[in-house]
Amino acid sequence: MTVTRRSALKVIAGAGAACAATALPAPAEGRERRKPGPDDVGLLYDATLCVGCRACVRKCKEANGLPPDRRELQGAVYDAPDDLNAQTKNIIRLHVEGNTTSYVKGGCMHCTDPACVSVCMVGALHKSKGGIVAYDKDLCVGCRYCQLACPFNVPKFEWAKAFPLIVKCELCRDRKEGPACAEVCPRGAIEYGKVTALREEARRRLAAEPKKYNGKVYGESEVGGTHVMYLAAVPFEKLGLPQLPSEPVPELSETISHGIYKGFIAPVVLWSALAVTIWRNRKKGAEGEEKP
Amino acid sequence: MSSVARPVGGKFLTPVTWFFIVLALIGGAFTLARFVFGLGATTAMSDGYPWGLWIAFDVVTGTALACGGYSVAILAYVFNKGKYHPLVRPAVLTSALGYSVAAVAIIIDVGRYWNIWKIPVRVDKWNLNSGLLEVALCVMSYVFVLWIEISPVFMERFKESGHGVLARLSTAILPVLEKVLPFILALGILLPTMHQSSLGSLYLIAWPKLHLLWHTPLLPLLYIISVVGMGYAVVVFEATFSSRVYRRERETAILGSIGNVTAWLTLVYLAIRIVDIALRGRLGLVFRFDGYGLLFLLEFASFLAAAVVLIGRKARVSPATQVGGALLMMWAGSLYRFDTYLVAYRPGPGWSYFPSVGEQAITIGLVALEVLVYVYFVKRFPILSGAPSASASR
Repeated sequence: MTVTRRSALKVIAGAGAACAATALPAPAEGRERRKPGPDDVGLLYDATLCVGCRACVRKCKEANGLPPDRRELQGAVYDAPDDLNAQTKNIIRLHVEGNTTSYVKGGCMHCTDPACVSVCMVGALHKSKGGIVAYDKDLCVGCRYCQLACPFNVPKFEWAKAFPLIVKCELCRDRKEGPACAEVCPRGAIEYGKVTALREEARRRLAAEPKKYNGKVYGESEVGGTHVMYLAAVPFEKLGLPQLPSEPVPELSETISHGIYKGFIAPVVLWSALAVTIWRNRKKGAEGEEKP
Repeated sequence: MSSVARPVGGKFLTPVTWFFIVLALIGGAFTLARFVFGLGATTAMSDGYPWGLWIAFDVVTGTALACGGYSVAILAYVFNKGKYHPLVRPAVLTSALGYSVAAVAIIIDVGRYWNIWKIPVRVDKWNLNSGLLEVALCVMSYVFVLWIEISPVFMERFKESGHGVLARLSTAILPVLEKVLPFILALGILLPTMHQSSLGSLYLIAWPKLHLLWHTPLLPLLYIISVVGMGYAVVVFEATFSSRVYRRERETAILGSIGNVTAWLTLVYLAIRIVDIALRGRLGLVFRFDGYGLLFLLEFASFLAAAVVLIGRKARVSPATQVGGALLMMWAGSLYRFDTYLVAYRPGPGWSYFPSVGEQAITIGLVALEVLVYVYFVKRFPILSGAPSASASR
């Protein structure tokens, strides 16, 4: 069956040529690394200052109109979310190890180059003013690809509702006073400002008190940089912050698909070639077809 | 053997079809519950596993198994092998049904289904970085293309009936369609090439979560090669099944050579997969013999077994061997898709997923509905060809 074997190889060549061509993308064609814009805003959370009072969690719910996440313990009811969820855009977790304790804030990292924005079909999640990763419910189909793509598992979905939304921190973008969490923090552990200024401030604190911190700013390089950044005494991975390289999450997928679909040339060429082949074959008459 | 297709005829409502009707109704009831009470109440999906059975099976595996039309069209029209023509109609019909089912599954799966129309319409909002946008647009277009490809079947029937609006319409449209068909057939090959490879691309961005034995920049290439093989396997299976059930002559020789193509494609897939893993220095992950390593070995062995069975001399002549090989191939390809989409996807500690009764019931219901429509069409319209054998009079 040599003909079929050859055909098989031709099929692969035809169908896979475009993919194969970009399987090893040339570095020159890689997409550019992005930097925070001069007016981009973010947060600097300093775990060494946080006392775990959760005022920010409460204020976040108030500012965003989110209902309490009710837990009942021994007959008493608490607003006690155990993770980010459809009612909780901001959370304070506790880390205990021996005698050392540390709190850690959870919420959207507002990446410079966000995976959720890269995958969203019609831009329901998009970069808004100030580099904020914002949500437009009128465009959201509820496909949940953002949840799959986010390396921090941040976007949450209203599973309990028949008409659900995606829920995530938008840095209180419609609030005059800025993010509620930063405003309410009694310890100044959450600072709101321009990303560039916050980075300088983080560096300044590290240099001023090197013994107090673990020596790094989380969010400076992770996945190409995030606009919400962390300082802590404990190593970040122990606080549940994933260890991630400096490669932006969408870099690989966008490089490959833009390679395959560059200028939409490959699909048009393939379609034309197929149409011509099929048309000519039909004129020629198929091989081995029995004439009725 | 004549290659003219004819309706099979016979009663539609049999005990077997009633069984499928019941399954479809159960699925329908759960679908109603999903729309009234929401996804949380009816599925096991969570913020950790936002994509579950419906995406992994109904959409990704389902459309792969519905690629018979695609695979046969490549052989019959591009490589111009006329002997495959009798397989085209049943294959395209199953493809049309499989893709339609996937479309329905997507409507059930997405949370804000009333916004779906905006995907093809809001061109100003298209995010060309989104692999899912490409898949969505491609799948939507392909469902149309498939029904156009299969439409002559219905129009021939209407034309034969000789009277009424449908007959006149069909008489007018058929010659025009005949003329433009090469362009539509070309689209019918282009679109699956695009979105079936993109179904692999969708998990490129999940590299922080996808196990390294499955994550590779070659995902789109591996998906497109394996889907062609799965398409052929489905055609082999389906041709055998319908020849049995409807007691029609089986195209054993043709199916044997299709099996051979499948085997070679599978070997190419395996070679690329293992060389890629070796070059990336990830072979150690296989021989760690943890759950993922073993799963990878099971996948690899399944593909290899399918290739070995289908490449042998026996596969040319023995229907049983062909069906065995086809089933192995369908299993291997499906396992690969399930593994990428669910098993090798690791959202972090504390998350787990197993499809709920509701999810399973809806998936089973959709498959049952697909079978029912197939049986109805095959009995009423000229889809299957080959002379019925003497005993086929039911």
